[in-house]
Amino acid sequence: MKYVDEFREPEKAETLCCEITKLCNQVEKPIKIMEVCGGHTHSIFKYGIEEILPQAIELIHGPGCPVCVMPKGRLDDAIAISQNHNVIFATFGDAMRVPGSKTTLLQARAQGADIRMVYSPLDSLQIAKDNPDKQVVFFALGFETTAPSTAFTILQAAAEKIHNFSMFSNHVLVIPALKALLDNPDLQLDGFVGPGHVSMVIGTDPYEFISQQYNKPIVVSGFEPLDILQSIWMLLQQLVENRCEVENQYNRIVQKSGNTVALQAINKVFAVRDSFDWRGLGDIPYSGLKIQPEYAQFDAELKFTIPNLKVADHKACKCGEILKGVLKPWECKVFGTACTPETPIGTCMVSSEGACAAYYKYGRLSTIAKRTITQKPKITQEPLPACGFSSD
Amino acid sequence: MNISPTNPIQNPLFQKIEQVRRRQAKVQDTHITLAHGSGGKAMRDLIDDIFVSNFDNPILSQLEDQASFNLTPLLQQGDRLAFTTDSYVVDPLFFPGSDIGELAINGTVNDLAVSGAKPLYLTCSVILEEGLPVETLRRVAASMKAAAKEAGVQIVTGDTKVVHRGAADKLFINTAGIGIIPRGVNISAQNIKPGDAIIINGEIGNHGTAILIARGELALDTNIESDCQPLHSLVENILHACPQVHAMRDATRGGLATVLNEFALSSNVGIRLYEESIPVREEVNGVCEILGLDSLYLANEGKLVVVVAAKYAKTVLSAMKLHPAGKDACIIGEVIPSPTGIVLLKTVFGAERIVDMLVGDQLPRIC
Repeated sequence: MKYVDEFREPEKAETLCCEITKLCNQVEKPIKIMEVCGGHTHSIFKYGIEEILPQAIELIHGPGCPVCVMPKGRLDDAIAISQNHNVIFATFGDAMRVPGSKTTLLQARAQGADIRMVYSPLDSLQIAKDNPDKQVVFFALGFETTAPSTAFTILQAAAEKIHNFSMFSNHVLVIPALKALLDNPDLQLDGFVGPGHVSMVIGTDPYEFISQQYNKPIVVSGFEPLDILQSIWMLLQQLVENRCEVENQYNRIVQKSGNTVALQAINKVFAVRDSFDWRGLGDIPYSGLKIQPEYAQFDAELKFTIPNLKVADHKACKCGEILKGVLKPWECKVFGTACTPETPIGTCMVSSEGACAAYYKYGRLSTIAKRTITQKPKITQEPLPACGFSSD
Repeated sequence: MNISPTNPIQNPLFQKIEQVRRRQAKVQDTHITLAHGSGGKAMRDLIDDIFVSNFDNPILSQLEDQASFNLTPLLQQGDRLAFTTDSYVVDPLFFPGSDIGELAINGTVNDLAVSGAKPLYLTCSVILEEGLPVETLRRVAASMKAAAKEAGVQIVTGDTKVVHRGAADKLFINTAGIGIIPRGVNISAQNIKPGDAIIINGEIGNHGTAILIARGELALDTNIESDCQPLHSLVENILHACPQVHAMRDATRGGLATVLNEFALSSNVGIRLYEESIPVREEVNGVCEILGLDSLYLANEGKLVVVVAAKYAKTVLSAMKLHPAGKDACIIGEVIPSPTGIVLLKTVFGAERIVDMLVGDQLPRIC
């Protein structure tokens, strides 16, 4: 596949792993790296990247799965909107199984709500045009990656004067989430693999505070296996050279100042909320987007009566600690027993991009646990075997 | 007009009327109405015009409430019946490379074939939504006729129901099938043993991708066609070359991953797949990349997974490659003693990950 297979060549991956191993030896301590984006988490597990890395590297799977961080209360609100008899509720597919406090959108649909899966917010606008006697509500969620397309959809709805269309905005912002994580004393990281899709919109400039205020290196990364390996290699180079910089591995897509047109659309349509509740992480100031008063007619929160209740995470759920790398998924008491992809309790088990779901779905727990025990805390000074490409 | 007072039935006019009454009628309506399911003349016309004329065979033409056939020739072909049923509710009804009619025949033929059975007789029940264009039904029936001919099976009995508009989605088909399993053939997912090889007859995910694209919800244009095809003669080739096949299953809904998980659980063994050996078209990979789907779980309608002792693997592979439905056959994995009940995938990077059972349907991701 053009522009994909090039980033999956095993020989190049092996070379990168060799270089990573050499750099690990120079750092001489276990290295904790957080990949912020759920897409990275998914790739890491799908391709078994953690398994081919030197054992001194521990990957911590951050809060970048947009459906995972949706709090139960907001899901309840979405379901409440969908249950209005005159409403067609449009959503991306992977939000369908995210549990609210009592039910999911999938279950609400089975119980009679008109909930439709779409591939783009513009599809939901088309549904509104096709059903003028219905109110169509789009479940807008995601980081800065998806915010521009929802913003453009509202602008188009306004231009076309479509009155039976609105959005339930749950867009979240990555920078406040990163800041909240960095401010947490439990978090002990050596660096970040930065989100590629978000950065395509916001650029790399907004990450400068991570290197300047928190002295952590960050490398914005693509999603292919070689992208991720190269980003880890770049991070290690910074650590070896005692540098803390924002670097851009994904420069074939990501510009330093981002996408101006997309940012303008976001700023025109959305305003930052004072606070937004994140599943697993709690309230984070200035971390969510609401619709500007100018576009109030497209704001489902104003158009419909919604419960707007805050629902606490389950007490047994350790997602917050897992997201910070303090605990591994299997160290949570409900992981893989009460909490599974079929019956998720916590944020990390909700989507396949969540850490727990990825461990459960892809991970050979016995191998991972063995590896985790082996890697701590000893770092060998002797030449390492051939780069982690074991045959078994 | 003179009508004979002594024997009016011999009057030419009355005879003509009686002829018309008994004439096999064509369906004149352009759309299915509730009358076509009423049990009356409209239904009889529909059955005669569309089903009996297309599926024409001596057993069906008797139009009894059941199909009856002689057991003697069946007993000469084997010692066990294979019996299966499946329902087809695909949307859209017509898609690149196939349609619901062909699917309904091949799906049931393949379910029989993977037991090693020779498929013989099929049933056909249709549920029609009021308002379905009759022409659509004609096309589907013609497609079923062609598929049945290719598979060498007869559609010997059936049923027709019409439901109110909105109570069904256009057209649903159920087919059941009977086949005969030859003596000595014992194919079961419980026979799988460590050391066995896993073989597939070609690219995975084409049908699932073709359906996704055909729904028109994605602004994507590809030339991918469904792989819908009968597999009975490929199975014949395989069993001729190696009667000792341990297990066979067609990888339909749930894809290759689901079949292999079922195998691993049934025989309490582990399965290791080799990512680089699994044939997937570039376009299928592309759609999976865009939507965040995994080709291992995409549906197929002409793919067969064969599990055979390693010593017979090359023999089976050669036999498969000689058949058009198996020309791209390849070994994609092996059966291992542990971890039991688990399917592992060796990635192109040499790492290993689990290929789990799917939770619900695959859902496209948001970014």
